[in-house]
Amino acid sequence: MALIASPFRRPRLRNGLWAALSLPGIAWLCLFFLAPLYVVLAIVFGTLDPLFRTPVPVWNPLDWHGGQFKYVLTHIFGASGIFGPALLRTLVYVLVASALCITIAFPVAYYVARLAGHRRGLILALLIAPFWISYMMRMLAWVNLLAVDGLVNKALGLGLFHVHVQWLSGRGIVVILGRVYGYVPYMVLPLYAGLDRLPQSTLEAARDLGANRASAFVRVVLPMCRSTIVAAVLLTCLPMLGDYFTNDLLSASPQTSMVGNLINETVNAPGEKGYAGGFVMLVLVVSLLPMLYYVRSVSRAERIAT
Amino acid sequence: MRSPIGWWRDPWRRPRILVGITVVYLLWSLLPVLIAVLFSFNNGRSRTAWRGFSMRWYWGDPVRSVWHDASLHQAVVQTLSLGVITTLITVPLGVLFAIGIDRWRGRPPESANALMLLSFVIPETLLAVALLFTITVVALPFELGTTAQVVGLVTFQLSYPAVLVRARLVTIGTQYEEAAQDLGPSPLGALRRVILPMLTPAIFASTVLVFADVIDDFVIVRYLSGDASTEPVSVKIYNTARAAPTPALNALASILLAAAFVAVVIGYAGYRLLTRGESAQHDRGIGSFAGEV
Repeated sequence: MALIASPFRRPRLRNGLWAALSLPGIAWLCLFFLAPLYVVLAIVFGTLDPLFRTPVPVWNPLDWHGGQFKYVLTHIFGASGIFGPALLRTLVYVLVASALCITIAFPVAYYVARLAGHRRGLILALLIAPFWISYMMRMLAWVNLLAVDGLVNKALGLGLFHVHVQWLSGRGIVVILGRVYGYVPYMVLPLYAGLDRLPQSTLEAARDLGANRASAFVRVVLPMCRSTIVAAVLLTCLPMLGDYFTNDLLSASPQTSMVGNLINETVNAPGEKGYAGGFVMLVLVVSLLPMLYYVRSVSRAERIAT
Repeated sequence: MRSPIGWWRDPWRRPRILVGITVVYLLWSLLPVLIAVLFSFNNGRSRTAWRGFSMRWYWGDPVRSVWHDASLHQAVVQTLSLGVITTLITVPLGVLFAIGIDRWRGRPPESANALMLLSFVIPETLLAVALLFTITVVALPFELGTTAQVVGLVTFQLSYPAVLVRARLVTIGTQYEEAAQDLGPSPLGALRRVILPMLTPAIFASTVLVFADVIDDFVIVRYLSGDASTEPVSVKIYNTARAAPTPALNALASILLAAAFVAVVIGYAGYRLLTRGESAQHDRGIGSFAGEV
């Protein structure tokens, strides 16, 4: 009798044990992830020290001042809209870059997951390789290639002409392509994982039942990996929203600045920390829904697995 | 010779178009980096015109090489030490978190899991700014610098071991642990003697992944660096890529690349060794090692 009951003895105590194991991690996340987000709020809705222009956080939500956040919001649209163009550019660049990413990543992931056969291990290793190459190194590589005397201009001149295209001074297309280059690997891998799980038999059934290649793809493959595609797009879109370094390295011009650049320029400027916090809040508000969607879909997948 | 239409309709034709796209993609993603590595061995000052092979920018040049320029090799040391310290803190924290969350029944663990996943997908810049504000405005027992960088990196990386270990716990199931407890040991004893050994591959893989990811990090380490003495390689590259172009920068980046490569190769070899007894139903390939989420 005791033997049968043994795995279930004193369940409350065991629950306490498991809680204790995860407690350090939970405490860490509360201290260094949740609390700092509140600090941002306290600074955005706080005041400025009149003498040193340093931010004075206001901890009590009842005493919050809307002044700094209002400044950010009122300078987005209209005649005094100095932040508007950068925010709009963020939207356009991120959308275009993500669309290009998925057009490149999907065929590659599809091939590797379903058709690569015995070469799969090697190709997969090459696909993962950009993960271990630092993002800065990969951007540095393009800075070298796109320099005025760089290989891209030399290749365009075919060794006969001198081409002097200034690729690295405020070209939107270079910034977008740089982002695509930087973030495509983060899309290929989740797509690969999702496509790898597609049951081959379902696809064969679709073909057996008369679907041609295109309609089998549109009516079977796409619906079955919809959540994978959404997750992959989110995993590339979200980090792109805060990215300012790609713009700095590949363009270094206000003509291509995005919300990340606004944050980066105000975060250490005296008296403007509150604006940086305001932009952070804006990005957070925009990305909160996609983030929660991701969390929900992952949690649901975990629940199905257990 | 078949007509193109016949080729297109053949259901067993080889996927030539997809092969083409994949090959072009791989070349495009890797060639620029290989060229950058190649130019770190350039004998000239240029990062674009080849003047023959030399190790000048690694240690040959008495002033500007990585070995002799104090700020450059300090950056390498800072990067590697951040990698080691962060990994040593993150992995135990994340593994315990994952085990606890997996077993703990009730509402709180679900919220904790959601919090962990949020920290995984939040745009890094937002977290970095929030931590920068916290450290500069709130009186904390540490200042900007290495400690602050480690705190930020641990927060951002915690989800890696947590996700990998949870995935592994799900595949292990509960039966081994229940069997172990029927044979006598306490829950902690069963955890230590049965579950932890079975988790070793996941723990090992996440160690390597966290290390390789930390030495690539840029946003957090830049905002929390304090002064130039704690700037790691990625920040050095950012600061000088458009300003002072010597191949020493490429050499610096290549050294880091080599470090990450060595870590991953050792890691993958170790992972294969640790999972060698497992049957074919578990995917032991590079994909499972990299923790497809």
